Amino acid sequence: MRRIIPGWVKWPQLDIPLLTGLLLLMSFGLIVLYSASGESMDVVYRQATRLGVGLAALLILSQVPPHIFRIWTPWIYALGIVLLLATWAVGVGRGAERWLDLGLLRFQPSEIMKLAVPMMTAWYLHPRRLPPEPMSILVSCAILIVPAVLIARQPDLGTALLVAVSGGFALFLSGLQWRIILGMLALAAAAAPAFWMVMHEYQRNRVRTFLDPESDPLGSGWNIIQSKIAVGSGGLTGKGWLNGTQSRLEFIPERHTDFILAVLSEELGLLGVLVLFAIYLFIVGRGLYIASLARSTYARLLAGSLSLTFFVYVLVNAGMVSGLLPVVGVPLPLVSYGGTSIVTLLAGFGILMSVYGHRNFIR
Amino acid sequence: MKLRHLTGYAAGQPLKDQALEGRQFSTRATTAFLIILLAIFLLSLRYFYLQIISFEEFTARSINNQVRIVPVAPNRGLIYDRRGRPIAKNLPAYRLELIPEKVDDLEQTIAALGRFIELPDDAGEKFEENRKRYNVFDSVPLKFNLTEEEVARFAVDRHRFTGVDVVSYLARYYPYGDLLTHVLGYVGRLDVDDLKRVDEGNYRGTTHIGKSGIERYYEDVLHGASGVEKIETNSQGRILTTLERINPVHGDDLVLSLDVLVQQAAWNALGDRPGAVVAIDPNDGSVLAMVSKPAFDPNLFVHGISSKDYRAILNAPGRPLFNRTLLGGYEPGSTIKPFVGLAGLELDVITVESQVFSTGQYYLPGVSRPYRDWKKGGHGRVNILGALEQSVNTYFYQLAYDLGIDRFHDYLAQFGFGEPTGLDLLGENSGVLPSRGWKRGRFSEPWYPGETVIAGIGQGFNVVTPIQLANALATLVNGGTRLKPRLLYAAKHAGNEQADKVQAPVALQVPIVDPLNWDLIKSGMRLVVHGEKGTARSIRPESGFEIAGKSGTAQVAAQAANEDMDESTATHLRHHALFIAYAPYDQPSIVVAAVVEHGGGGSREAAPVARAVIDAWLSQELAR
Repeated sequence: MRRIIPGWVKWPQLDIPLLTGLLLLMSFGLIVLYSASGESMDVVYRQATRLGVGLAALLILSQVPPHIFRIWTPWIYALGIVLLLATWAVGVGRGAERWLDLGLLRFQPSEIMKLAVPMMTAWYLHPRRLPPEPMSILVSCAILIVPAVLIARQPDLGTALLVAVSGGFALFLSGLQWRIILGMLALAAAAAPAFWMVMHEYQRNRVRTFLDPESDPLGSGWNIIQSKIAVGSGGLTGKGWLNGTQSRLEFIPERHTDFILAVLSEELGLLGVLVLFAIYLFIVGRGLYIASLARSTYARLLAGSLSLTFFVYVLVNAGMVSGLLPVVGVPLPLVSYGGTSIVTLLAGFGILMSVYGHRNFIR
Repeated sequence: MKLRHLTGYAAGQPLKDQALEGRQFSTRATTAFLIILLAIFLLSLRYFYLQIISFEEFTARSINNQVRIVPVAPNRGLIYDRRGRPIAKNLPAYRLELIPEKVDDLEQTIAALGRFIELPDDAGEKFEENRKRYNVFDSVPLKFNLTEEEVARFAVDRHRFTGVDVVSYLARYYPYGDLLTHVLGYVGRLDVDDLKRVDEGNYRGTTHIGKSGIERYYEDVLHGASGVEKIETNSQGRILTTLERINPVHGDDLVLSLDVLVQQAAWNALGDRPGAVVAIDPNDGSVLAMVSKPAFDPNLFVHGISSKDYRAILNAPGRPLFNRTLLGGYEPGSTIKPFVGLAGLELDVITVESQVFSTGQYYLPGVSRPYRDWKKGGHGRVNILGALEQSVNTYFYQLAYDLGIDRFHDYLAQFGFGEPTGLDLLGENSGVLPSRGWKRGRFSEPWYPGETVIAGIGQGFNVVTPIQLANALATLVNGGTRLKPRLLYAAKHAGNEQADKVQAPVALQVPIVDPLNWDLIKSGMRLVVHGEKGTARSIRPESGFEIAGKSGTAQVAAQAANEDMDESTATHLRHHALFIAYAPYDQPSIVVAAVVEHGGGGSREAAPVARAVIDAWLSQELAR
């Protein structure tokens, strides 16, 4: 007991390789953003400010030992649920009631859930026998499905899925039996038609467009087609930084936010894309490695699922930009210009850093 | 308790095997990482497919995206009068265009634009109709001739309208307004029907086309050749740079044979009476003046006439849309007498010695109904000169009767009666030069001798147009060379220094039996103005030059022969006044045909109009 308490007062170490990977990614992102924003230093400054705020959050959280997170987990989760319910009543925003206006800042409660759901799942599984027993699986599923449904009703399907998946990863890493995993996937596939029924019309249109973008090349297919043209015309080495015609001439929609990867692909080519993928791969791999160093179930599961979720962002965004997946509003993590997701993501890495820094302390 | 709190384990639960769980976790994490590797590999494969395998295709599409080939409309040729006065100009103007594919909600956008720019109620429908001839992503005009205020108002809110832009262009303008409408015609919005008569490819960028008059007749030379421009645009379709350009060739500049001052003189002389004046130079067939009154302002039609303005023109008295010079069919009345007289002389039916005694009434053998002279009690004994000077009907009753309708028809046909003159305008009326065949075809009736008698004084079935009358007189004056009159005097092709003069084509050479016969008719016409008893003595010039002419009165309502026209007759029942004239008598350079509708007597009402036109022309000719 005496050994534990002085332990977390000590200045914790940061994982230099992970930090290097993140800084590399952020610098790369800022360079691409400068071009994607039409050479707007203003946009770059604002993005850099956000990254700075995110890094501050990372440093602060890295000093909090994992078990403190664990103790706070149920409260954070409960707060998230309350805020989600609050958006129903007082939400602001165009069409989708995702935003909560707290006077000084407007933020999306769903962002909290991106951290709270894997935390809560890990918190629940932490004391239990692993691989999880049927009862544990059911409760875990409830933990991730309730917020996912609330977010989906906002409606924000992309975030809802990401939130559910992040909880699912915790479950997966806890050793969930393969037959149950396969069974769940089969069930999800079978439920797809029912899912279609409850989707909003604009969401259905996105899926339709994804299946056949050329059916409405000037309407909803426009984004996918223009994005693919941008990527494809980039070739091996790209048209050169600041020289992408698709982006400069504003053919790429949302070019500095969700479709920034199209700008990168056009200007830096396949080589640029592969470098980016390599950085992501390194970050995710390092994250999983840190998770495996953790001494507690909670820390392990949380660190692992945060790393995997981070990768899902990359996968979904890169799939969307290249026309492999339907257009869902998922940013390219730490590269896309955008508000709260950067802070949330870096906060997640703060937790990873904390796990790394406290790897030698037992519980 | 403290320990439990810190580890999170519930009371009574067995402590977990951390080492085992750690190994389990590592297995799972490794599995996950392998799946990630596979996913990244597949993703990379996708990017490889797009960027390497499909590179060419997407490069082509990316170039296609930004580079557009747009047509560049040529500038329409300008039109001048024969003295070089511009009568159809191109003025810089602004129009509102939009790219339908870039606009989310067309109806709503047009409604929103209506707050900055005055749009007609049917702007949306017109736009939909019009856009059919444009390609996808082409900019389609919505409203022409914006005011400067509208341009300024729109500029402020332009950012709110994706795909909408103000474009400068050259708009047709007719500085003389209604004075030249019936000659020049006007240009209007190009529509689907217009495209059928032109090469569509050459009209891609063109918005206006000649709808009537010279603008229509010479559309092919006025339009010019369309150019193309390779431009780089952004996704909003805004032009960023021009990469390549094949310049359009602007249309030919045309010089018309009209003289605006002569035209103006005719216009003024008609006053507010409906009528028509045609003046031709008999030497080359060029048309010096061509007035149909009333007329309308052609500029109204250039930018799309509002239905209110159009109704106003339709309902205006005197039918302003009706071009009397080409379409107005009038009974020639006595203006036909010089031609009948020439027929008599050339066909040896009469000589200069032949005389007729006019008693005021002329009877056909076996017919009790009299044919009257206009003067009660008749003119006494006259030959052809006196008959022309005083317009003696009896003389021409007898002459026509002696000629017979067949010879009458065949001879007068040579002067172009009964057929279009072939002027360079569309829609000319042929008039009627009656014959046995014509009557059979028209009424399924045989020809009656009485009809020949009244044909001799230009009544009955005879119908002429003012252009016909003027051209027939030109033929008589210039020694029998019937030309197809020309409004086009010269055309200057783009790039050429000099305008090419246009020659009026010869339609027919009337055979001359004896030139003295022709001189005799001309001197008879001179007496109409200069003789003691000439019917048009009032327009005789004091000095300088001499005028020859012939008056005519066209019946409007069938009238009892003994009933005289006077001031009390209601205007719309009054006869049309006609006058044909040429000058100078010894060396003619102008022939005029003037019609004043419901004017009454030709000498009194139409002759001064002719005189005014002649004066305007000769004073300019002398000034040269």
